[in-house]
Amino acid sequence: MEKTIKSIIDRYEGDKGFLVPMLQDVQKELNYLPQEALNLVSSFLELPISRVYEVATFYQAFSLEPRGRIQMALCKGTACHVRGVPLIVDHIKRELDLEEGETSEDLEYTFETVNCLGACALGPILVVNGEYHGQMTISKTSRLLKKLGKESQKSEEGKS
Amino acid sequence: MEKITSPEQLKALQESIVAKRDPDKACVTVCAGTGCLAYGTQKLIDNFKKEIKDKKLEDTVSLRSSGCHGFCERGPIVVNYPDKTFYQRVGLDDAAEILEKTVANGEVIDRLLYEEPVTGEKITLETDVPFYNKQMRLLLAQNPEIDPVNVDDYLAVGGYQALGKALSAMKPEGVIQEVIDANLRGRGGGGFPAGWKWDATRKAEGDIKYVICNADEGDPGAYMDRSLLEGNPHSILEGMLIGAYAIGSSQGYIYVRNEYPLAVTNATLAIENARKLGLLGDNILGSTFSFDVKIVRGGGAFVCGESSALFASIEGRSGEPRAKYVHATDKGLYDKPTCLNNVETWANVPLIINKGAAWYQSIGTEGSKGTKIFALVGKINNTGLVEVPMGTTLKEIIYDIGGGIPDGREFKAVQTGGPSGGCIPKEYLDTRVDFDELTKLGSMMGSGGMIVMDDRNCMVDVALFFLRFLEEESCGKCTPCREGVHQMRIILERITKGKGKEEDIDTLQWMGEAIADGSLCALGRSAPAPVLSTIRYFREEYEAHIRDKKCPAGVCKALITYTINADCTGCRLCVKPCPTQAITGEKKQLHTIDQDKCIQCGACYEICKDAAIIVA
Repeated sequence: MEKTIKSIIDRYEGDKGFLVPMLQDVQKELNYLPQEALNLVSSFLELPISRVYEVATFYQAFSLEPRGRIQMALCKGTACHVRGVPLIVDHIKRELDLEEGETSEDLEYTFETVNCLGACALGPILVVNGEYHGQMTISKTSRLLKKLGKESQKSEEGKS
Repeated sequence: MEKITSPEQLKALQESIVAKRDPDKACVTVCAGTGCLAYGTQKLIDNFKKEIKDKKLEDTVSLRSSGCHGFCERGPIVVNYPDKTFYQRVGLDDAAEILEKTVANGEVIDRLLYEEPVTGEKITLETDVPFYNKQMRLLLAQNPEIDPVNVDDYLAVGGYQALGKALSAMKPEGVIQEVIDANLRGRGGGGFPAGWKWDATRKAEGDIKYVICNADEGDPGAYMDRSLLEGNPHSILEGMLIGAYAIGSSQGYIYVRNEYPLAVTNATLAIENARKLGLLGDNILGSTFSFDVKIVRGGGAFVCGESSALFASIEGRSGEPRAKYVHATDKGLYDKPTCLNNVETWANVPLIINKGAAWYQSIGTEGSKGTKIFALVGKINNTGLVEVPMGTTLKEIIYDIGGGIPDGREFKAVQTGGPSGGCIPKEYLDTRVDFDELTKLGSMMGSGGMIVMDDRNCMVDVALFFLRFLEEESCGKCTPCREGVHQMRIILERITKGKGKEEDIDTLQWMGEAIADGSLCALGRSAPAPVLSTIRYFREEYEAHIRDKKCPAGVCKALITYTINADCTGCRLCVKPCPTQAITGEKKQLHTIDQDKCIQCGACYEICKDAAIIVA
């Protein structure tokens, strides 16, 4: 981990002003921001850990907890909202038994709602591991969850 | 790429690029904005590439992946140059057919044409599509003409000529005067005259000065800045360069949302290419002016669109605003004089320098000049980016360009100004949209989000939606915003649950006024606007929730019931999706919903083909 973090910090020539992008890159590498990583960033940059922690907890983009293999982000911009996103939020929460922002215990799913993605013609939009699913309805969400469920079962079987 | 060392050389380069291009050569232009890419357009582009290569058409056909064309509703979009045959909702496997029929033989593919919804007439040319021809596209016009990663495309349409003109023929003071004379007002929301800001930054003491492009487009439902930055990044750089020259700055920043990966990629590449051409760096175009730009990605905090919070974020701190008794033009980023403008504001600058303040002054209203791009979204037939002269009426935007409300439903309100704005009802559809008129209505221009709502949208719910957003995004530094918005949210939530009290409306109003007075930054000061404007125009809807325990629009779950009426044909389609098995009934018989089991999830309503589910 030390090497990874050192190389990210070097990318920005150790400029403390780039703390936010640095942490973004660390999270991209490690999937989340473990405490060890924050400690390393703090010591390499010679910044108090409190400063690093402050930034890591202020911005929505950062997660201090591990995230699931399947990351679902539902847009809750205004356009999506008026097109019925709240009903889809409730539906996903019910189906996955997760609150917004939570990750399932088996680290399969992370469900979060995100601020406007700016693809409003496709609203409501659900992004699954970077892939956009547009004009979502409750029934389309059900079908998608079913498909993902099957895939996650398959990958479980593949592992064992 | 060789460095350009004088304005004359820049002009010569432009001429040589244009001379090398055959204007009559077929060019298939595919919209590759984020909206169209979300439809899967990359596959369509790959298919075009493959077909052109396999059939060895490189000499007769070129392919252009362009920035956003704006008609997002109809993506994927393909425009065939030079005649501009316009294809919409193009299938990802339609590449071969388009090349064979339209490009090779001039044959029009009927099914890909835009059909005018009212008359049913099929329209062949892009220039005849009402969504486009009723707009005045000054800023967006170049998006379809250029591939954002190809600097030659920007140069070919006259890119960087305004910079050349400014550096060779204008003094910095003259540039500022031109922008003041044009009365360019900030497109980020406040509408502050950009020229005055430039002037103040120029006159501020200090040798280091910064210019910043604010691309932290946080208003939900607004994406015009993204489309400009990802579709035409060099135009933003050119605007910043001209601003930096006028102000006397040598370092610029683009602060962009991390949620806009394509904008980050395209802007990064544009900066690299501009450096290679000597358009960024030392002694630009052989002058004494030196300037460079860095990109900083945001961390997903709405408040960072506020200038002082944005500076804190660039400095690597959490994005908390500070009081504004010292202006950013004196002490901004790293406490140095800083001029911050929004993406769309910067995009206007090259136009003003090229065509002059008098020309710019001729467009728009008395107090608001030029055009404005709106993101027309929500319950609207033609979702997309709409650029119109200031002073265009809401009705023209929503009906003539936007095509009205889908499914024959009734217009209820249009929300402008993002979370700081308000909801405007149908009585004001004739309002001429500019900075001042929208403020008079208790809303604001904001960055240009325009969210249309129909009779199935609850205004109390919309107000609650914005307050939840603002409560989450409040940085927590000052008490009126942190605690006040929280309390207002609790009251609104209570109202939507049927537990509202008679005095709640009054409480919301005086609290709103207090928060507006007492908050530190614009986020808090404008946070009550969505509540206050909906109370102002839709008071009866609040009263229905509080007194009658009803949600007239059928949205607030605690106040509605789902029932089935006699139109039910007993098709059983709704039975399976119901998560609580609340729907019973024999095949071909009228079904019923068990109210004790129903959780108002909406699954049955959505799936019913007979419109037999009634929400009331």
